[in-house]
Amino acid sequence: MATKSSGPPGVALRWAGVVAAPAALALGFLWAGGGFSPHRVTQDRLMSEMHASGSYGHGFRRRHAKGVCVGGWFDASGTAAHLSDAAVFRERHVPVVGRFALAVGQPDVADNPATVRSMALRFMPPDAPEWRTGMNDPPVLALRDARDASDQFLTQRIDPSTGKPDPASMNGFLTNHPWLQKAADEIAHRFVSSGFADDTYHSLDSFLLVASDGAKTPVRWAMVPAQSVAPADERTGDPNYLFRNLVAEIHEHPLQWHLMMTLAGAHDAVDDPSQIWADDDRQIDAGTLTLATVESEDGGPCTGISFDPLALPPGIVPSADPILQVRSAAYMRSFFLRSGETRGPSAVSPVMTATPGQVEGKRS
Amino acid sequence: MNVITQFSLLSRVLHWLMAASILVMLFIGLFMASSVGPHYHRLVTIHRPLGIAILVLALLRLANRLRTPAPLLPAEFPPLLKLAARASHVLLYMLMIALPLVGWGMLSAGGYPIPLWGQSVLLPPILPHDPTMWAWLRSAHTVLAFALFGLVLAHIGAALFHGLIRRDGVLQSMTGGGNTSNATGIGKTS
Repeated sequence: MATKSSGPPGVALRWAGVVAAPAALALGFLWAGGGFSPHRVTQDRLMSEMHASGSYGHGFRRRHAKGVCVGGWFDASGTAAHLSDAAVFRERHVPVVGRFALAVGQPDVADNPATVRSMALRFMPPDAPEWRTGMNDPPVLALRDARDASDQFLTQRIDPSTGKPDPASMNGFLTNHPWLQKAADEIAHRFVSSGFADDTYHSLDSFLLVASDGAKTPVRWAMVPAQSVAPADERTGDPNYLFRNLVAEIHEHPLQWHLMMTLAGAHDAVDDPSQIWADDDRQIDAGTLTLATVESEDGGPCTGISFDPLALPPGIVPSADPILQVRSAAYMRSFFLRSGETRGPSAVSPVMTATPGQVEGKRS
Repeated sequence: MNVITQFSLLSRVLHWLMAASILVMLFIGLFMASSVGPHYHRLVTIHRPLGIAILVLALLRLANRLRTPAPLLPAEFPPLLKLAARASHVLLYMLMIALPLVGWGMLSAGGYPIPLWGQSVLLPPILPHDPTMWAWLRSAHTVLAFALFGLVLAHIGAALFHGLIRRDGVLQSMTGGGNTSNATGIGKTS
Protein backbone atom coordinates (compact mmCIF):
# COMPACT_ATOMS: atom_id res chain seq x y z
CA MET A 1 0.00 0.00 0.00
CA ALA A 2 1.29 3.40 -0.90
CA THR A 3 -1.09 5.12 1.51
CA LYS A 4 0.69 6.60 4.45
CA SER A 5 -1.04 6.53 7.80
CA SER A 6 -1.60 9.91 9.39
CA GLY A 7 -4.48 9.08 11.71
CA PRO A 8 -8.26 9.09 11.13
CA PRO A 9 -8.75 12.93 11.14
CA GLY A 10 -6.04 13.36 8.51
CA VAL A 11 -7.52 10.63 6.33
CA ALA A 12 -11.00 12.12 6.60
CA LEU A 13 -9.66 15.54 5.64
CA ARG A 14 -7.85 14.11 2.64
CA TRP A 15 -10.94 12.20 1.48
CA ALA A 16 -12.89 15.44 1.84
CA GLY A 17 -10.31 17.02 -0.45
CA VAL A 18 -10.83 14.28 -3.04
CA VAL A 19 -14.59 14.82 -3.04
CA ALA A 20 -14.67 18.60 -2.68
CA ALA A 21 -13.28 19.62 -6.08
CA PRO A 22 -15.63 17.50 -8.24
CA ALA A 23 -18.56 18.40 -5.98
CA ALA A 24 -17.82 22.12 -6.31
CA LEU A 25 -17.66 21.78 -10.11
CA ALA A 26 -20.92 19.84 -10.16
CA LEU A 27 -22.60 22.61 -8.16
CA GLY A 28 -21.16 25.18 -10.53
CA PHE A 29 -22.53 23.21 -13.45
CA LEU A 30 -25.94 23.09 -11.82
CA TRP A 31 -25.74 26.87 -11.40
CA ALA A 32 -24.82 27.39 -15.06
CA GLY A 33 -27.86 25.37 -16.07
CA GLY A 34 -30.14 27.58 -13.97
CA GLY A 35 -30.54 25.15 -11.07
CA PHE A 36 -30.23 27.92 -8.51
CA SER A 37 -32.10 30.59 -10.45
CA PRO A 38 -35.72 29.43 -10.72
CA HIS A 39 -36.76 32.81 -12.15
CA ARG A 40 -34.35 32.75 -15.08
CA VAL A 41 -36.12 32.91 -18.42
CA THR A 42 -34.71 29.83 -20.10
CA GLN A 43 -35.26 28.46 -23.61
CA ASP A 44 -37.22 25.53 -22.18
CA ARG A 45 -39.38 27.89 -20.17
CA LEU A 46 -40.30 29.98 -23.21
CA MET A 47 -41.12 26.80 -25.15
CA SER A 48 -43.37 25.45 -22.39
CA GLU A 49 -45.06 28.84 -21.97
CA MET A 50 -45.77 28.91 -25.70
CA HIS A 51 -47.13 25.39 -25.48
CA ALA A 52 -49.43 26.44 -22.62
CA SER A 53 -50.64 29.39 -24.71
CA GLY A 54 -51.82 27.06 -27.45
CA SER A 55 -48.75 26.54 -29.62
CA TYR A 56 -49.43 23.31 -31.50
CA GLY A 57 -45.95 21.87 -32.00
CA HIS A 58 -45.88 18.46 -33.74
CA GLY A 59 -43.23 19.43 -36.26
CA PHE A 60 -44.48 23.00 -36.78
CA ARG A 61 -42.83 26.24 -35.73
CA ARG A 62 -43.75 27.23 -32.18
CA ARG A 63 -44.76 30.66 -33.48
CA HIS A 64 -45.52 31.75 -37.04
CA ALA A 65 -46.78 28.19 -37.50
CA LYS A 66 -49.01 28.76 -40.56
CA GLY A 67 -46.97 29.81 -43.55
CA VAL A 68 -45.93 29.40 -47.15
CA CYS A 69 -42.55 29.43 -48.90
CA VAL A 70 -41.65 32.02 -51.53
CA GLY A 71 -38.63 32.57 -53.74
CA GLY A 72 -37.12 35.38 -55.74
CA TRP A 73 -34.21 37.79 -55.71
CA PHE A 74 -32.98 41.11 -54.37
CA ASP A 75 -31.50 43.92 -56.45
CA ALA A 76 -29.48 46.47 -54.47
CA SER A 77 -29.92 50.10 -55.38
CA GLY A 78 -26.42 50.83 -54.13
CA THR A 79 -27.55 53.73 -51.94
CA ALA A 80 -26.89 51.78 -48.71
CA ALA A 81 -23.45 50.56 -49.81
CA HIS A 82 -21.66 53.54 -48.22
CA LEU A 83 -23.26 52.64 -44.86
CA SER A 84 -22.70 48.88 -44.94
CA ASP A 85 -20.13 46.53 -46.38
CA ALA A 86 -22.70 43.75 -46.83
CA ALA A 87 -22.63 42.21 -50.32
CA VAL A 88 -26.41 42.32 -50.48
CA PHE A 89 -26.32 46.17 -50.59
CA ARG A 90 -24.19 46.33 -53.73
CA GLU A 91 -25.00 43.19 -55.74
CA ARG A 92 -27.81 42.57 -58.20
CA HIS A 93 -30.07 39.55 -58.41
CA VAL A 94 -29.11 38.03 -55.04
CA PRO A 95 -31.17 34.81 -54.66
CA VAL A 96 -33.75 34.92 -51.87
CA VAL A 97 -35.78 32.21 -50.14
CA GLY A 98 -38.57 33.54 -47.99
CA ARG A 99 -41.64 32.72 -46.00
CA PHE A 100 -44.91 34.48 -45.29
CA ALA A 101 -46.70 33.47 -42.11
CA LEU A 102 -49.29 34.30 -39.50
CA ALA A 103 -47.61 35.02 -36.17
CA VAL A 104 -49.51 32.44 -34.16
CA GLY A 105 -48.71 28.99 -32.81
CA GLN A 106 -51.49 27.09 -34.60
CA PRO A 107 -50.73 25.85 -38.14
CA ASP A 108 -54.44 25.45 -38.96
CA VAL A 109 -55.71 28.79 -37.65
CA ALA A 110 -58.28 30.49 -39.88
CA ASP A 111 -56.92 33.56 -41.70
CA ASN A 112 -57.97 36.76 -40.01
CA PRO A 113 -56.93 40.27 -41.06
CA ALA A 114 -56.19 41.23 -37.45
CA THR A 115 -53.57 38.50 -37.00
CA VAL A 116 -49.99 39.72 -37.17
CA ARG A 117 -48.38 38.73 -40.50
CA SER A 118 -44.71 38.10 -41.05
CA MET A 119 -42.19 37.99 -43.86
CA ALA A 120 -38.94 36.08 -43.29
CA LEU A 121 -36.08 36.20 -45.78
CA ARG A 122 -32.81 34.46 -46.46
CA PHE A 123 -30.52 36.40 -48.83
CA MET A 124 -27.92 34.15 -50.41
CA PRO A 125 -25.26 36.06 -52.37
CA PRO A 126 -23.23 33.43 -54.22
CA ASP A 127 -19.87 34.83 -53.10
CA ALA A 128 -20.56 36.17 -49.59
CA PRO A 129 -22.08 35.07 -46.27
CA GLU A 130 -25.87 34.90 -46.19
CA TRP A 131 -28.28 37.17 -44.33
CA ARG A 132 -31.48 36.11 -42.58
CA THR A 133 -34.19 38.36 -41.26
CA GLY A 134 -37.67 37.93 -39.84
CA MET A 135 -40.08 40.86 -40.02
CA ASN A 136 -43.61 41.49 -38.72
CA ASP A 137 -46.24 43.91 -39.97
CA PRO A 138 -46.78 45.97 -36.78
CA PRO A 139 -44.38 48.93 -36.64
CA VAL A 140 -43.17 48.14 -33.10
CA LEU A 141 -42.96 45.20 -30.72
CA ALA A 142 -44.74 45.43 -27.36
CA LEU A 143 -41.84 43.66 -25.64
CA ARG A 144 -38.62 45.04 -24.26
CA ASP A 145 -36.72 42.01 -22.98
CA ALA A 146 -36.87 38.30 -22.14
CA ARG A 147 -38.86 38.91 -18.97
CA ASP A 148 -41.55 40.80 -20.90
CA ALA A 149 -41.70 37.98 -23.45
CA SER A 150 -42.11 35.35 -20.75
CA ASP A 151 -44.72 37.43 -18.90
CA GLN A 152 -46.68 37.93 -22.10
CA PHE A 153 -46.72 34.23 -22.95
CA LEU A 154 -47.96 33.56 -19.41
CA THR A 155 -50.89 35.94 -19.84
CA GLN A 156 -51.80 34.19 -23.11
CA ARG A 157 -52.00 30.84 -21.32
CA ILE A 158 -55.11 28.95 -22.39
CA ASP A 159 -57.68 28.63 -19.61
CA PRO A 160 -58.79 24.95 -19.77
CA SER A 161 -62.37 25.84 -18.74
CA THR A 162 -62.92 28.27 -21.63
CA GLY A 163 -60.32 27.09 -24.13
CA LYS A 164 -59.20 30.70 -24.45
CA PRO A 165 -56.77 33.01 -22.69
CA ASP A 166 -58.24 34.87 -19.73
CA PRO A 167 -59.04 38.42 -20.96
CA ALA A 168 -58.53 39.83 -17.46
CA SER A 169 -54.99 38.56 -17.29
CA MET A 170 -54.25 39.94 -20.78
CA ASN A 171 -55.39 43.37 -19.65
CA GLY A 172 -53.42 42.89 -16.45
CA PHE A 173 -50.27 42.44 -18.51
CA LEU A 174 -50.31 46.06 -19.63
CA THR A 175 -51.19 47.27 -16.12
CA ASN A 176 -48.10 45.46 -14.87
CA HIS A 177 -45.98 46.54 -17.84
CA PRO A 178 -46.94 50.22 -18.29
CA TRP A 179 -43.78 50.82 -20.34
CA LEU A 180 -45.33 48.74 -23.13
CA GLN A 181 -48.65 50.64 -23.20
CA LYS A 182 -47.60 53.05 -25.94
CA ALA A 183 -46.40 50.24 -28.21
CA ALA A 184 -49.56 48.22 -27.54
CA ASP A 185 -51.71 51.23 -28.52
CA GLU A 186 -49.68 51.75 -31.67
CA ILE A 187 -50.16 48.11 -32.65
CA ALA A 188 -53.90 48.13 -31.81
CA HIS A 189 -54.50 51.20 -33.98
CA ARG A 190 -52.20 50.29 -36.86
CA PHE A 191 -53.35 50.35 -40.45
CA VAL A 192 -54.22 46.81 -41.55
CA SER A 193 -53.77 46.08 -45.24
CA SER A 194 -55.85 43.69 -47.33
CA GLY A 195 -53.32 40.86 -47.47
CA PHE A 196 -49.75 39.66 -47.54
CA ALA A 197 -48.92 41.31 -50.86
CA ASP A 198 -49.70 44.92 -49.90
CA ASP A 199 -48.37 44.72 -46.36
CA THR A 200 -45.32 46.45 -44.88
CA TYR A 201 -43.00 44.30 -42.76
CA HIS A 202 -40.77 45.79 -40.06
CA SER A 203 -37.49 44.55 -38.61
CA LEU A 204 -38.79 45.56 -35.15
CA ASP A 205 -35.30 45.23 -33.65
CA SER A 206 -32.50 47.64 -34.47
CA PHE A 207 -29.20 46.70 -36.06
CA LEU A 208 -25.98 48.51 -36.84
CA LEU A 209 -24.78 48.89 -40.40
CA VAL A 210 -20.99 48.79 -40.56
CA ALA A 211 -19.26 50.67 -43.37
CA SER A 212 -15.90 49.66 -44.84
CA ASP A 213 -14.19 52.30 -42.68
CA GLY A 214 -15.80 50.79 -39.57
CA ALA A 215 -18.38 53.57 -39.08
CA LYS A 216 -21.57 52.23 -37.49
CA THR A 217 -25.07 53.45 -38.26
CA PRO A 218 -28.01 52.27 -36.14
CA VAL A 219 -30.98 51.34 -38.35
CA ARG A 220 -34.31 49.63 -38.50
CA TRP A 221 -35.62 48.40 -41.82
CA ALA A 222 -38.93 47.66 -43.43
CA MET A 223 -40.11 45.95 -46.62
CA VAL A 224 -42.55 48.43 -48.19
CA PRO A 225 -44.78 47.06 -50.97
CA ALA A 226 -44.47 48.37 -54.52
CA GLN A 227 -47.98 47.03 -55.11
CA SER A 228 -50.89 49.40 -54.48
CA VAL A 229 -52.14 49.14 -50.91
CA ALA A 230 -55.76 48.56 -49.91
CA PRO A 231 -57.28 48.40 -46.43
CA ALA A 232 -58.46 45.05 -45.07
CA ASP A 233 -61.98 44.25 -46.23
CA GLU A 234 -64.60 41.80 -45.08
CA ARG A 235 -63.43 38.29 -44.32
CA THR A 236 -64.57 35.65 -46.70
CA GLY A 237 -65.64 32.20 -45.53
CA ASP A 238 -62.40 30.69 -46.78
CA PRO A 239 -60.11 29.97 -43.79
CA ASN A 240 -57.06 30.28 -46.06
CA TYR A 241 -58.07 33.36 -48.06
CA LEU A 242 -55.01 35.43 -47.16
CA PHE A 243 -52.67 32.72 -48.40
CA ARG A 244 -54.87 31.87 -51.39
CA ASN A 245 -54.82 35.52 -52.48
CA LEU A 246 -51.05 35.70 -52.06
CA VAL A 247 -50.57 32.57 -54.19
CA ALA A 248 -52.89 33.91 -56.90
CA GLU A 249 -51.10 37.27 -56.97
CA ILE A 250 -47.63 35.74 -57.26
CA HIS A 251 -48.85 33.48 -60.06
CA GLU A 252 -50.24 36.51 -61.82
CA HIS A 253 -47.07 38.62 -61.60
CA PRO A 254 -43.99 38.89 -59.35
CA LEU A 255 -44.53 40.95 -56.20
CA GLN A 256 -42.08 43.63 -55.18
CA TRP A 257 -41.03 45.43 -52.01
CA HIS A 258 -38.55 48.23 -51.33
CA LEU A 259 -36.10 47.61 -48.51
CA MET A 260 -36.34 50.92 -46.66
CA MET A 261 -33.56 51.58 -44.14
CA THR A 262 -34.51 54.04 -41.42
CA LEU A 263 -31.46 55.74 -39.89
CA ALA A 264 -31.77 56.39 -36.16
CA GLY A 265 -32.17 60.03 -35.22
CA ALA A 266 -30.62 61.64 -32.17
CA HIS A 267 -33.51 60.74 -29.86
CA ASP A 268 -34.39 57.26 -31.14
CA ALA A 269 -34.04 54.31 -28.75
CA VAL A 270 -31.77 51.82 -30.50
CA ASP A 271 -31.85 48.99 -27.97
CA ASP A 272 -35.58 48.92 -27.23
CA PRO A 273 -37.97 47.57 -29.90
CA SER A 274 -41.00 48.85 -27.96
CA GLN A 275 -40.01 52.47 -28.62
CA ILE A 276 -41.30 54.14 -31.75
CA TRP A 277 -38.79 56.14 -33.77
CA ALA A 278 -39.29 59.74 -34.86
CA ASP A 279 -41.33 60.41 -38.02
CA ASP A 280 -38.66 62.60 -39.62
CA ASP A 281 -35.81 60.04 -39.58
CA ARG A 282 -33.82 59.78 -42.77
CA GLN A 283 -34.81 56.84 -44.97
CA ILE A 284 -32.84 55.07 -47.67
CA ASP A 285 -34.21 52.77 -50.36
CA ALA A 286 -31.58 50.00 -50.21
CA GLY A 287 -33.02 47.93 -53.05
CA THR A 288 -35.91 45.95 -54.42
CA LEU A 289 -37.11 42.52 -53.39
CA THR A 290 -38.88 40.52 -56.09
CA LEU A 291 -40.83 37.40 -55.15
CA ALA A 292 -41.77 35.32 -58.17
CA THR A 293 -42.39 31.79 -56.91
CA VAL A 294 -44.54 30.29 -54.19
CA GLU A 295 -44.50 26.79 -52.74
CA SER A 296 -46.21 24.92 -49.92
CA GLU A 297 -44.14 24.35 -46.81
CA ASP A 298 -44.61 20.64 -47.47
CA GLY A 299 -41.33 20.08 -49.28
CA GLY A 300 -40.72 23.81 -49.74
CA PRO A 301 -37.28 25.42 -49.37
CA CYS A 302 -38.18 27.57 -46.32
CA THR A 303 -39.25 24.70 -44.04
CA GLY A 304 -35.93 23.24 -42.98
CA ILE A 305 -34.30 26.47 -41.86
CA SER A 306 -34.66 28.89 -39.00
CA PHE A 307 -34.86 32.60 -39.82
CA ASP A 308 -32.46 33.46 -37.03
CA PRO A 309 -32.21 37.27 -36.86
CA LEU A 310 -28.58 36.97 -35.71
CA ALA A 311 -27.51 35.15 -38.91
CA LEU A 312 -25.93 38.35 -40.20
CA PRO A 313 -23.34 38.98 -42.93
CA PRO A 314 -20.26 41.19 -42.50
CA GLY A 315 -21.55 44.77 -42.65
CA ILE A 316 -24.55 44.24 -40.35
CA VAL A 317 -24.13 43.66 -36.60
CA PRO A 318 -26.75 43.28 -33.87
CA SER A 319 -27.63 46.17 -31.61
CA ALA A 320 -27.74 45.61 -27.85
CA ASP A 321 -31.51 45.08 -28.10
CA PRO A 322 -32.16 42.09 -25.74
CA ILE A 323 -35.07 40.82 -27.86
CA LEU A 324 -32.67 39.92 -30.68
CA GLN A 325 -30.99 37.34 -28.45
CA VAL A 326 -34.34 36.09 -27.16
CA ARG A 327 -35.45 35.53 -30.74
CA SER A 328 -32.20 33.86 -31.82
CA ALA A 329 -32.16 31.47 -28.85
CA ALA A 330 -35.89 30.70 -28.99
CA TYR A 331 -35.88 30.15 -32.78
CA MET A 332 -33.02 27.69 -32.45
CA ARG A 333 -34.81 25.77 -29.70
CA SER A 334 -38.06 25.75 -31.69
CA PHE A 335 -36.17 24.55 -34.79
CA PHE A 336 -34.56 21.77 -32.74
CA LEU A 337 -37.89 20.63 -31.27
CA ARG A 338 -39.86 20.67 -34.51
CA SER A 339 -37.09 18.99 -36.52
CA GLY A 340 -37.26 15.98 -34.21
CA GLU A 341 -41.04 15.62 -34.55
CA THR A 342 -43.27 14.06 -37.16
CA ARG A 343 -45.07 16.78 -39.02
CA GLY A 344 -48.56 16.66 -40.47
CA PRO A 345 -49.62 18.35 -43.73
CA SER A 346 -49.55 22.14 -43.93
CA ALA A 347 -52.78 24.13 -44.22
CA VAL A 348 -51.35 25.75 -47.34
CA SER A 349 -50.95 22.54 -49.32
CA PRO A 350 -48.97 21.86 -52.50
CA VAL A 351 -52.31 21.72 -54.36
CA MET A 352 -53.09 25.27 -53.26
CA THR A 353 -49.72 26.62 -54.38
CA ALA A 354 -49.59 24.77 -57.71
CA THR A 355 -49.62 26.91 -60.82
CA PRO A 356 -53.13 27.31 -62.26
CA GLY A 357 -53.78 24.88 -65.05
CA GLN A 358 -51.63 22.20 -63.46
CA VAL A 359 -54.34 21.35 -60.97
CA GLU A 360 -57.96 20.56 -61.55
CA GLY A 361 -60.42 20.95 -58.74
CA LYS A 362 -58.88 24.08 -57.32
CA ARG A 363 -61.41 25.43 -54.87
CA SER A 364 -63.02 28.72 -55.75
CA MET B 1 8.72 1.67 -5.77
CA ASN B 2 8.65 5.07 -7.50
CA VAL B 3 8.71 4.02 -11.14
CA ILE B 4 6.54 6.99 -12.13
CA THR B 5 8.19 9.55 -14.33
CA GLN B 6 6.63 12.79 -15.39
CA PHE B 7 4.69 13.48 -18.53
CA SER B 8 6.72 15.48 -21.03
CA LEU B 9 6.45 19.25 -20.86
CA LEU B 10 4.48 19.29 -24.13
CA SER B 11 2.04 16.70 -22.75
CA ARG B 12 1.56 18.72 -19.59
CA VAL B 13 1.06 22.01 -21.41
CA LEU B 14 -1.49 20.38 -23.74
CA HIS B 15 -3.25 18.75 -20.79
CA TRP B 16 -3.68 21.91 -18.72
CA LEU B 17 -4.56 24.08 -21.72
CA MET B 18 -7.27 21.63 -22.67
CA ALA B 19 -8.42 21.19 -19.07
CA ALA B 20 -9.10 24.91 -18.82
CA SER B 21 -10.67 25.12 -22.31
CA ILE B 22 -12.95 22.14 -21.76
CA LEU B 23 -14.20 23.33 -18.39
CA VAL B 24 -14.89 26.82 -19.75
CA MET B 25 -16.54 25.24 -22.80
CA LEU B 26 -18.83 22.99 -20.74
CA PHE B 27 -19.96 25.92 -18.59
CA ILE B 28 -20.53 28.18 -21.60
CA GLY B 29 -22.43 25.42 -23.38
CA LEU B 30 -24.76 24.67 -20.54
CA PHE B 31 -25.29 28.32 -19.72
CA MET B 32 -26.11 29.37 -23.27
CA ALA B 33 -28.36 26.38 -23.96
CA SER B 34 -30.52 27.35 -21.01
CA SER B 35 -30.38 31.08 -21.61
CA VAL B 36 -32.07 33.61 -23.90
CA GLY B 37 -29.78 36.50 -23.02
CA PRO B 38 -28.32 38.98 -22.30
CA HIS B 39 -25.01 37.15 -22.85
CA TYR B 40 -26.42 34.48 -25.16
CA HIS B 41 -25.00 35.83 -28.42
CA ARG B 42 -21.56 36.54 -26.97
CA LEU B 43 -21.36 33.03 -25.52
CA VAL B 44 -22.43 31.39 -28.79
CA THR B 45 -19.78 33.48 -30.54
CA ILE B 46 -17.10 32.14 -28.15
CA HIS B 47 -18.44 28.57 -28.16
CA ARG B 48 -17.76 27.91 -31.86
CA PRO B 49 -14.06 28.93 -32.13
CA LEU B 50 -13.28 27.46 -28.69
CA GLY B 51 -14.81 24.16 -29.80
CA ILE B 52 -12.70 24.14 -32.95
CA ALA B 53 -9.61 25.02 -30.87
CA ILE B 54 -10.34 22.04 -28.60
CA LEU B 55 -10.74 19.79 -31.65
CA VAL B 56 -7.36 20.89 -33.03
CA LEU B 57 -5.67 20.56 -29.63
CA ALA B 58 -7.23 17.13 -29.08
CA LEU B 59 -5.91 15.86 -32.42
CA LEU B 60 -2.45 17.27 -31.64
CA ARG B 61 -2.61 15.67 -28.25
CA LEU B 62 -3.68 12.31 -29.61
CA ALA B 63 -0.73 12.35 -32.02
CA ASN B 64 1.59 13.34 -29.18
CA ARG B 65 0.17 10.64 -26.91
CA LEU B 66 0.63 7.94 -29.55
CA ARG B 67 4.25 9.02 -30.13
CA THR B 68 5.42 9.52 -26.55
CA PRO B 69 4.57 6.81 -24.01
CA ALA B 70 2.81 7.95 -20.82
CA PRO B 71 4.21 7.07 -17.39
CA LEU B 72 3.00 3.70 -16.16
CA LEU B 73 0.62 3.43 -13.24
CA PRO B 74 2.24 2.00 -10.06
CA ALA B 75 2.78 -1.76 -10.41
CA GLU B 76 0.81 -2.50 -7.27
CA PHE B 77 -2.24 -0.55 -8.52
CA PRO B 78 -5.27 -2.96 -8.64
CA PRO B 79 -5.82 -4.32 -12.18
CA LEU B 80 -9.49 -3.35 -12.19
CA LEU B 81 -8.63 0.29 -11.43
CA LYS B 82 -5.93 0.17 -14.09
CA LEU B 83 -8.53 -0.96 -16.59
CA ALA B 84 -10.92 1.80 -15.45
CA ALA B 85 -8.13 4.36 -15.78
CA ARG B 86 -7.28 3.19 -19.29
CA ALA B 87 -10.92 3.05 -20.43
CA SER B 88 -11.73 6.49 -19.01
CA HIS B 89 -8.75 8.02 -20.83
CA VAL B 90 -9.76 6.45 -24.12
CA LEU B 91 -13.29 7.80 -23.59
CA LEU B 92 -11.97 11.26 -22.74
CA TYR B 93 -10.03 11.36 -26.02
CA MET B 94 -13.05 10.14 -27.96
CA LEU B 95 -15.32 12.79 -26.46
CA MET B 96 -12.80 15.61 -26.88
CA ILE B 97 -12.77 14.85 -30.60
CA ALA B 98 -16.42 13.83 -31.04
CA LEU B 99 -18.09 16.78 -29.28
CA PRO B 100 -16.69 19.54 -31.54
CA LEU B 101 -17.37 17.39 -34.63
CA VAL B 102 -20.98 16.76 -33.54
CA GLY B 103 -21.41 20.50 -32.87
CA TRP B 104 -20.01 21.39 -36.29
CA GLY B 105 -22.06 18.65 -37.93
CA MET B 106 -25.30 19.67 -36.26
CA LEU B 107 -25.01 23.30 -37.41
CA SER B 108 -24.22 22.01 -40.92
CA ALA B 109 -27.27 19.76 -40.92
CA GLY B 110 -29.39 22.61 -39.54
CA GLY B 111 -28.48 24.78 -42.53
CA TYR B 112 -26.93 27.45 -40.31
CA PRO B 113 -24.05 29.62 -41.42
CA ILE B 114 -21.16 28.73 -39.08
CA PRO B 115 -19.08 31.84 -38.34
CA LEU B 116 -15.75 30.86 -36.83
CA TRP B 117 -14.14 34.24 -36.41
CA GLY B 118 -16.03 37.50 -36.79
CA GLN B 119 -18.60 37.35 -39.57
CA SER B 120 -16.29 36.78 -42.53
CA VAL B 121 -14.48 33.56 -41.57
CA LEU B 122 -17.05 30.78 -41.95
CA LEU B 123 -16.62 27.05 -41.49
CA PRO B 124 -17.80 24.95 -44.43
CA PRO B 125 -20.64 22.49 -43.72
CA ILE B 126 -19.44 18.94 -43.06
CA LEU B 127 -22.88 17.36 -43.48
CA PRO B 128 -25.71 17.90 -45.96
CA HIS B 129 -28.65 20.10 -44.90
CA ASP B 130 -31.03 17.70 -43.13
CA PRO B 131 -33.28 18.94 -40.29
CA THR B 132 -33.92 15.44 -38.90
CA MET B 133 -30.18 14.92 -38.67
CA TRP B 134 -29.83 18.36 -37.06
CA ALA B 135 -32.34 17.45 -34.32
CA TRP B 136 -30.63 14.12 -33.73
CA LEU B 137 -27.15 15.62 -33.52
CA ARG B 138 -28.38 18.48 -31.33
CA SER B 139 -29.62 15.88 -28.81
CA ALA B 140 -26.39 13.90 -29.13
CA HIS B 141 -24.39 17.09 -28.46
CA THR B 142 -26.16 17.49 -25.09
CA VAL B 143 -25.83 13.83 -24.11
CA LEU B 144 -22.13 13.71 -25.02
CA ALA B 145 -21.47 16.98 -23.19
CA PHE B 146 -22.99 15.60 -19.98
CA ALA B 147 -20.98 12.39 -20.45
CA LEU B 148 -17.80 14.43 -20.85
CA PHE B 149 -18.62 16.47 -17.76
CA GLY B 150 -19.19 13.27 -15.73
CA LEU B 151 -15.88 11.85 -16.97
CA VAL B 152 -14.06 15.07 -16.14
CA LEU B 153 -15.42 14.95 -12.60
CA ALA B 154 -14.38 11.31 -12.23
CA HIS B 155 -10.97 12.18 -13.70
CA ILE B 156 -10.44 14.99 -11.17
CA GLY B 157 -11.64 12.77 -8.32
CA ALA B 158 -9.27 9.99 -9.41
CA ALA B 159 -6.34 12.39 -9.73
CA LEU B 160 -6.98 13.69 -6.22
CA PHE B 161 -7.35 10.10 -4.97
CA HIS B 162 -3.85 9.44 -6.31
CA GLY B 163 -2.54 12.69 -4.88
CA LEU B 164 -4.19 12.78 -1.48
CA ILE B 165 -5.02 9.19 -0.54
CA ARG B 166 -2.54 6.93 -2.31
CA ARG B 167 0.15 9.60 -2.67
CA ASP B 168 1.75 7.47 -5.34
CA GLY B 169 3.14 10.23 -7.56
CA VAL B 170 0.52 9.80 -10.32
CA LEU B 171 -0.93 13.28 -9.74
CA GLN B 172 2.56 14.79 -9.74
CA SER B 173 3.31 13.16 -13.09
CA MET B 174 0.90 15.71 -14.59
CA THR B 175 1.21 18.66 -12.19
CA GLY B 176 4.95 18.67 -12.68
CA GLY B 177 5.66 18.98 -8.98
CA GLY B 178 8.33 16.28 -9.07
CA ASN B 179 7.75 12.64 -8.35
CA THR B 180 8.73 12.56 -4.70
CA SER B 181 7.45 15.83 -3.32
CA ASN B 182 3.98 16.14 -1.86
CA ALA B 183 2.49 19.06 -3.72
CA THR B 184 -0.65 19.22 -1.61
CA GLY B 185 0.98 19.94 1.69
CA ILE B 186 -1.58 17.77 3.46
CA GLY B 187 -0.14 15.09 5.73
CA LYS B 188 3.54 14.37 5.92
CA THR B 189 5.83 13.25 3.12
CA SER B 190 7.62 9.95 3.26
